Amino acid sequence: MEAAAASAWDERHQPNGQPVGAGSPTTETLTGADVLVRCLEAEGVEVIFGYPGGAVLPIYDAIYNHSSLRHILVRHEAGAVHAADGYARATGRPGVCLATSGPGATNLVTGLATAYMDSIPLVAFTGNVATSLIGRDAFQEADITGITMPITKHNFLVQRVEDLPHIIRAAFTLATTGRPGPVLVDLPKDVVTATMTGFRYPARVRLRGYKPTLHGHPRQLEAAAREIAQAKQPVLYLGGGVIAAGAAQEVLALAERAQLPTTSTLMGLGAFPPDHPLWLGMLGMHGTPAANWAVTHCDLLIAVGARFDDRVTGRTDRFAPRARIIHIDIDPAEIGKNVEVHVPIVGDAKKVLQALLPLVEPKEEPAWLAQIAAWKSQYRLRYQTRSDEIMPQELVDRLAAKAEEHEAATGREVVLTADVGQHQMWAAQFYPFRRPRSYINSGGLGTMGFGLPAAIGVQVARPEATVVCLTGDGSIQMNIQELDVVRSQRLPVKVIIMNNRYLGMVRQWQELFYGRRYSHSALEEGPDFILLAQAYGIPAARVDRPSQLDAALEEALNHPGPYLLDVRVRPEENCWPMVPAGGAIDEMLGVEEATGAGQPAPVQEVRT
Amino acid sequence: MKRTLSILVENQSGVLARVAGLFSRRGFNIESLSVAPTEDPTLSRITLVTLVDEKELEQLTKQLHKLVDVVKISDITEDDHIERELALIKVAAQPSNRQEILQVVDIFRARVVDVSERSVVVEVTGDQAKVDAMEQLLRPYGIREMVRTGKVAMVRGARTAPQVVREERAG
Ligand SMILES: Cc1ncc(C[n+]2csc(CCOP(=O)(O)OP(=O)(O)O)c2C)c(N)n1
Ligand SMILES: [Mg+2]
Repeated sequence: MEAAAASAWDERHQPNGQPVGAGSPTTETLTGADVLVRCLEAEGVEVIFGYPGGAVLPIYDAIYNHSSLRHILVRHEAGAVHAADGYARATGRPGVCLATSGPGATNLVTGLATAYMDSIPLVAFTGNVATSLIGRDAFQEADITGITMPITKHNFLVQRVEDLPHIIRAAFTLATTGRPGPVLVDLPKDVVTATMTGFRYPARVRLRGYKPTLHGHPRQLEAAAREIAQAKQPVLYLGGGVIAAGAAQEVLALAERAQLPTTSTLMGLGAFPPDHPLWLGMLGMHGTPAANWAVTHCDLLIAVGARFDDRVTGRTDRFAPRARIIHIDIDPAEIGKNVEVHVPIVGDAKKVLQALLPLVEPKEEPAWLAQIAAWKSQYRLRYQTRSDEIMPQELVDRLAAKAEEHEAATGREVVLTADVGQHQMWAAQFYPFRRPRSYINSGGLGTMGFGLPAAIGVQVARPEATVVCLTGDGSIQMNIQELDVVRSQRLPVKVIIMNNRYLGMVRQWQELFYGRRYSHSALEEGPDFILLAQAYGIPAARVDRPSQLDAALEEALNHPGPYLLDVRVRPEENCWPMVPAGGAIDEMLGVEEATGAGQPAPVQEVRT
Repeated sequence: MKRTLSILVENQSGVLARVAGLFSRRGFNIESLSVAPTEDPTLSRITLVTLVDEKELEQLTKQLHKLVDVVKISDITEDDHIERELALIKVAAQPSNRQEILQVVDIFRARVVDVSERSVVVEVTGDQAKVDAMEQLLRPYGIREMVRTGKVAMVRGARTAPQVVREERAG
């Protein structure tokens, strides 16, 4: 199910993605700041996350008391870009943020890199010093286009007010088409104060060097269908591209038609029903044994919108070593980048799968499915509860159960955001994500501090949803100032801190690979999160006994406004299984701890 | 292997930084580079020599294609093409050996473009081998300074530089 009802964005855009446009040229004289506002209106932008400063004061003046464009004042520009990112991940529509020159602009850097790594459509506007001052180390000058070149899909430094409409249209086009990504538009102060007449927002821009391939090559589709027909041990491997393309239905249809056991990356979670018999769970470093073994032993791997990241593949020479590989991706540069591919298909995942489906004959490989079923049941991830301490996995597990009850009782969908660390991985393992865009977290960059501002963006995009930010006691402190946005915007975000008194994931690595020398990874008691929440006017509670957990979660989820729950969990628990960095994915540590099953999996050879 | 790429880009500020940044970021080297506007003033051409193997070349061209300002990429290494470099070489010359130097210059169909009491400046144009040879031969006289351009190249005949094949092939 896709998010939200028709939005301003949908109303402003034709099905082909082009905006309806602002019609015929106006005769008014407009400042650059006015032009910017008109362009954003024409794009159907409903909300901007931003923070003012000298270089953008003309823009702030233009949106003063402006009703059609909602602006949300964050408390740090990092919050603005992560919130815009969360908005985009929740909806598929571009997120928009605004920051002033110099420090405002550089505060966006981590967020842009975060969005870039996960291919999230964003348009970031930054102020800059006047064009006459650029290059002179003027007050609050930063070469933000230079700085963000490697972490944006493209960026623009606007030189003349007349170029604004064209550049803004180009920015939105680039952010939202092909492989999506963040685009930055740098606005010198004299450009936003200069005036122009004859404003018209173009429906289309010509970008000679930009022609994304959307439709798979017919010969390659046939080759893929042949590979599927011949495979005895196929596996379907999904990435975030499936969600970006809205291709979850097509994926399910393909998996069912050819009975393909299916796994996904962290970014692909939610693209496949977690209760489905073909579902293997996530693969990679903290993947399930079933997923990792299935990939290791498969004879055909069909990758859709995934990029063979090292956290997924481990040692590439031991990743799917016997498999023929079909790789479907909209970005040709992803194909063959990390592993050799036998059937490359460049195109939009949805369109490619729609074209591929009729070519695939229904089939089933009972021996392989039996093997998969055996792995799944014998090596299911589990955990031991304790009476004295809440297990971190238990928190995720109970949260999932309570969220399900909450959805059933209220009809409000629950969307989970996470930060980075053990809690993020346990959520990936133990929370059944049933819909695309229901798990929002930073995968490629692994940015701590993402979870809370992202939750703000999600809640703004989807006021009808219950948004839960599952975070760590470390991560929450990286953007905790955004609690004041939760307060001031009256956003009913639920913050749940998995409090293990550690930078848990760092501690886990130190335990395993650095002889338990916990160098600077203990957070000790930490701040009193309850008092902190109260300082922001947000009700809060703390639990540390398993017997209190369910009631506390119910209270948090059903509380009408924002809520913070500090859950004290067993501190030195490890996230299993784990593939050591650079190891082979079938050689997982902690399979026994994770599953209770001691024996290594029986290996079934490929019949040729 | 050495590859000569002819890259058509938007004639806009920052484009060279984007291309050069991509090379360093992704670990490709640039052996030689030249940039100038083309017959169409909105476009510039970058002629670039890089040392890559087959797989790296594929990844490099794909990454270059992702730059929005890159309009067209041609790998003209295998095409029948003309390539030229230009060098200005300032040679220490005494009245006693000036004649000898001029003879060497003559054999190479190079030109002397500046003469002073104790030096001559030689201009040589040609492919890399020719410019290298000229440099070698002038070295014994004492090279005081040398400037050398990157390579420029053009496909022979009426045809213009072909687009690198973007369509994926089955392996
Ligand atoms: C901005 C940033 N700095 C450092 C890291 C490295 N890092 C990865 S996980 C982690 C620990 C996170 O601690 P916490 O938020 O408490 O989560 P836990 O692992 O304990 O669940 C750190 C420091 C990071 N991912 N991001
Ligand atoms: Mg922690």
